[in-house]
Amino acid sequence: MSYETEQLSEVKVFKDPVHRYVHVKDRLIWDLIATPEFQRLRRIKQLGTTNLTFHGAEHSRFNHSLGVYEIVRRIIENFADEPNWNKEERLLCLSAALLHDLGHGPFSHSFEKVFKLDHEHFTQQIILGDTKVHEVLERVRPGFSQDVADVIGKTYKDKLVVSLISSQIDADRMDYLLRDAYYTGVSYGQFDMERILRVMRPMEDQVVIKSTGMHAVEDYIMSRYQMYWQVYFHPVTRSAEVILTKILHRAKELYEQGYAFQLEPIHFLSFFKGKVRLDEYIKLDESVVHYYFQLWQEEKDVILRDLCERFMNRRLFKYVEFNPGTEMHVYLELHDLFKKAGLDPSYYLVIDSSSDLPYDFYRPGEERERLPIHLLMPNGELKELSRQSDIVESISGKKRTDHKLYYPKDLIEKVTDLPIKRKIKELLNIQGDGNHVR
Amino acid sequence: MLDNHARIMQFFSMAKEVTGRKKLQKMIYILQQCHVPFEEKYNYHFYGPYSEELTLRIEELCNLGFLQENKEEKSSYYQYHYQITPEGEQFLRQFSLNMPDYSDKVEKLQEKSSRFLELVATLLYFDHLSRDEVFQKIQALKPSQNYSEEEMEEAVAFIRELKGA
Repeated sequence: MSYETEQLSEVKVFKDPVHRYVHVKDRLIWDLIATPEFQRLRRIKQLGTTNLTFHGAEHSRFNHSLGVYEIVRRIIENFADEPNWNKEERLLCLSAALLHDLGHGPFSHSFEKVFKLDHEHFTQQIILGDTKVHEVLERVRPGFSQDVADVIGKTYKDKLVVSLISSQIDADRMDYLLRDAYYTGVSYGQFDMERILRVMRPMEDQVVIKSTGMHAVEDYIMSRYQMYWQVYFHPVTRSAEVILTKILHRAKELYEQGYAFQLEPIHFLSFFKGKVRLDEYIKLDESVVHYYFQLWQEEKDVILRDLCERFMNRRLFKYVEFNPGTEMHVYLELHDLFKKAGLDPSYYLVIDSSSDLPYDFYRPGEERERLPIHLLMPNGELKELSRQSDIVESISGKKRTDHKLYYPKDLIEKVTDLPIKRKIKELLNIQGDGNHVR
Repeated sequence: MLDNHARIMQFFSMAKEVTGRKKLQKMIYILQQCHVPFEEKYNYHFYGPYSEELTLRIEELCNLGFLQENKEEKSSYYQYHYQITPEGEQFLRQFSLNMPDYSDKVEKLQEKSSRFLELVATLLYFDHLSRDEVFQKIQALKPSQNYSEEEMEEAVAFIRELKGA
């Protein structure tokens, strides 16, 4: 028996709160799960700083990756007798589903922004580089790891395979919506995934939805819409994200100025220098990042110390709604006042936009801009979802953007120059707890 | 301080009008590859390099009234036109961006079709591969576009010209 077809003596099951059970029968999948690079995902939270808003959101990229694998496994099971489905792609799909997030680092959104990194690049590197994952994949056949990397990178020749892992209705999104809803405890992320899986049909180069399943897909789109606003764009989570980003900026700036850290931040050095080797990237997980943040609370630098203390103890920035179209002059005035008050505005006055967040809504888009969700009509025609569904159409054209201005209310209260303090408070409309609409 | 928004607005103040979201996506990607410091993150997405961040940023700029979006109905899809507004020009004046002069590149890109720019962007996306490998990759990934050998050669020459410009 070749490694490719080797099965475990019995099906292994992982208990999972979202899918009940995750089933593993292939030796390859079992071995991939056991690699250090995959086990590392246990130490990276799926939702970064969201646990500071929704305390249940402690789930990891490991849980999510297993979930995506399980969804793809079920889809493939349903596709078994479909004419457009190539059964030989099964193991490739399962491997790509399992490994699709392998390159995520700790708080990857902030890290990517500050250090100009791309987790997708590291996913490719881990799959193709000198790693245990690569070694296991190549046991299937030489070049198998490249195929897995191509599926995840969406450059594999069979687009049907790609669309299972990455499209507007893919296993990745279905798992994270259900899982994030479960762990945050919100009730609006629910939709009938079983129904969607039953109405998925493989076509030549994409997965389409049988038109009778349109209402289940509407539910999925609505839950996506609700989750973005209620969970992913939550202003308190964004406040934590702003502080985290500023900590990384400050540490990098201090390093560039030759600042003497009390303990040399060896795990960050390659990030500061802008040349991150794969082995260094893999070593940095959330435990390491928290360790440094803990230490930096004792640093001499007042800004780094303050920001770390805020992040570790959830002493977050307050915010006001901000309209860059009409209020840029307010921002500029505040910028000036913050400087006069001794508060560095590059760290303590931050505009945060929804486009700074890594989530996307359903958009039908233009022809050949991106692949929309297609419904398979009874006559065999394909129709774009928002052209058939009033519900989807109604949320497709709505305003889905937002800007906020973040600031440390407690530090403003400590400003000793009273006229400046009064003016800042007036411009930010601070009366009570903060968090206001101007 | 919304510098990434301002960079996109500066692009529109040069381009005046852009027809098609696809064309816009590819123009920004190609400029990025020519070292114009746009920071939007791109991935490959079925039809070539695509940035969700750029899509959302454009939506924000439209909502803020800095860009005017006009929607034109085609047979099975919509096509969008974008133009900078006076409010957008005013917003831009508040920034002193440290950007290279790339107006000649914008002009060259404007003259090309979105189909051609899709090819150019895809060639740039795979520029770590050898010339033969890239051509094979494009034939495999874009069979429906049916790009000819001549078009690919033309795109390679265009990239050379653009990077030298």
